[in-house]
Amino acid sequence: MTQLVWNGLFVGSFYALVALGYSMVYGIMKLLNFAHGDLYMLGAFTGFAVLGAAGGVSVTMALPLLLLVLVLTMGTTGLAGVLLERVAYRRLRGAPRLSLLITAVGASFALEYGMRAAAGADPRVYPVRLGGTSLEVLGARVTLQQLALVGVAVVLMVGLNLLVTRSREGRAMRAVALDPRAAALMGIDVDAVIARTFFLGSALAGAAGVMAGAHYGKIDFMMGFLIGLKAFTAAVIGGIGNIPGTMLGGLLLGLLESFGTFWLGGEWRDVFAFGVLILFLTVRPTGLLGERVTERV
Amino acid sequence: MTRRDAGPRSIASRLVDSLTENRWIGLAGLAIALLAPFVNATPYAISVMTSAAIFVMLAAGLNIVVGYCGLLDLGYAAFFAVGAYTSGVLSTRFDLPLVATLPAVLVATVIAGVVIGAPTLRLRSDYLAIVTLGFGEIIRITATNLDVTGGPSGIYGIPGLAGDRISFYYLTVLVVAVAVVGAARLGRSRLGRAWRFVREDEDAAEAMGVHTYKVKMAAYIAGAIWGGLAGVLFAAHLSAIAPSSFTFLQSALVLMAVVLGGMGSIRGVVIGAVIISLLPELLRDLADYRFVAFGVLLIIVMLVRPQGLWPARAREAARSTAPREAVR
Repeated sequence: MTQLVWNGLFVGSFYALVALGYSMVYGIMKLLNFAHGDLYMLGAFTGFAVLGAAGGVSVTMALPLLLLVLVLTMGTTGLAGVLLERVAYRRLRGAPRLSLLITAVGASFALEYGMRAAAGADPRVYPVRLGGTSLEVLGARVTLQQLALVGVAVVLMVGLNLLVTRSREGRAMRAVALDPRAAALMGIDVDAVIARTFFLGSALAGAAGVMAGAHYGKIDFMMGFLIGLKAFTAAVIGGIGNIPGTMLGGLLLGLLESFGTFWLGGEWRDVFAFGVLILFLTVRPTGLLGERVTERV
Repeated sequence: MTRRDAGPRSIASRLVDSLTENRWIGLAGLAIALLAPFVNATPYAISVMTSAAIFVMLAAGLNIVVGYCGLLDLGYAAFFAVGAYTSGVLSTRFDLPLVATLPAVLVATVIAGVVIGAPTLRLRSDYLAIVTLGFGEIIRITATNLDVTGGPSGIYGIPGLAGDRISFYYLTVLVVAVAVVGAARLGRSRLGRAWRFVREDEDAAEAMGVHTYKVKMAAYIAGAIWGGLAGVLFAAHLSAIAPSSFTFLQSALVLMAVVLGGMGSIRGVVIGAVIISLLPELLRDLADYRFVAFGVLLIIVMLVRPQGLWPARAREAARSTAPREAVR
């Protein structure tokens, strides 16, 4: 029982990290960035390349090195996200929403198959594998490395929340999310704020990618597809556009999946998750913490 | 910003217009499809052409949803799968001819359309996009996990619809032609006008008394039926189906065909579908970069030419532009 809860929280923290980028981008420009899951994939592969370049790693050094790789990867995927926004989304900001969604699908496609062309279709094995010492906590088996990964995720999420709620940048972001036109009139550089939002969201997705690679040990070019869907589900459960809600949604989805797998069997896990998504959209489309938004004409 | 303002048009553009707006162009396309076996009738060529025709039907169906009504469906392969699996399972389990499974296929696709459309069509259109994406995965995973659908290896030994390859090709072309014409007529009907109204401005449509939820549901169900029937053709064509035929890739390719050809333009969509389905045969050597190119092409089309290769010409334009310009 506690094992299930722990597994759920662990996977849920990954979901939450990826979902945050989804949610922030949605909050600020009302765009579902389908390529977001692929930035997670890009993060995993960037981490893979950096680790490969670093050469052999001793087991004791694995964790500090991984943290360094994490920072590098976050920078890379963040810039990739900014580039994506600049090339594929910015010119279409005033266009019908369908056009933006279609370019997002195109971007996702190009990233996935671009990575396949670059790195091959077969899964790659991560050079650093975090196994190691396990502890017994309340009857659940927990490894120190898992704890470290969850710790990193929590630090990133708390940092993001502080950035958005306390800093000048965060205030600009919230202003643009509320009303881009009014924000522009108040002297906020909307383009720059959106680019920064993309940077932050993509960096978090990249971090989650490296962590997932180190945890599961295997990466492939389609790994972002499913997690993108799951992250969206998490964002909807918590309330898309709402940062604490999204974190809550990620953890909750992890827990739901963990228990769903236990009851129904692993092969139905994804079906269960999407079933939850459809149920949520039917019953409470604004999510647990989302506010009811009236569409303005 | 209409063409009329640009002064007298050149002879070349008028020639292109008279060609592209010609009402016989559809029949010409059908004639090309019917005459193609006389040019090349190797089993391989016939098989490729049959697949292309089925793909045209899928694109025509998705065009109803995306092109006419403006709802982005990213799991269109799910309806294709529902149709193929319903007919495949029934025909192999109960030794039925494939035609006899058609009523069950219709019922199954309509149910699938209602189940997925009912909760999501009330919401913003981008929710629909991602829910359909999830739905596509649900159908594929379910087909992989269930015993009745043959698990990962799928179903084989599905009876064909016609005797030999050539006659099946002709049957397919005729069915697809009817489907394409049917989709075009639907697009021009009262319902089709409502679809375009919803696409252009949902709130205005609602204010004018269009029941947008019902109208969107109709588009979604029509798309589901077209996809399901294409699935039956697919099952008859290959005589074996497996979950791997119904991935997101398939949905994305159909969407690509619709976007490339021109959303809402039935002629454009047919051309787009033919291009997308035949291009891989011509570009075999570039297999690795093919899908990268598709993705980049989607972005470029949206940035540079969002109306597609062969856009639909607005029939109402002649009457409505002049006063609107005057008001501004």
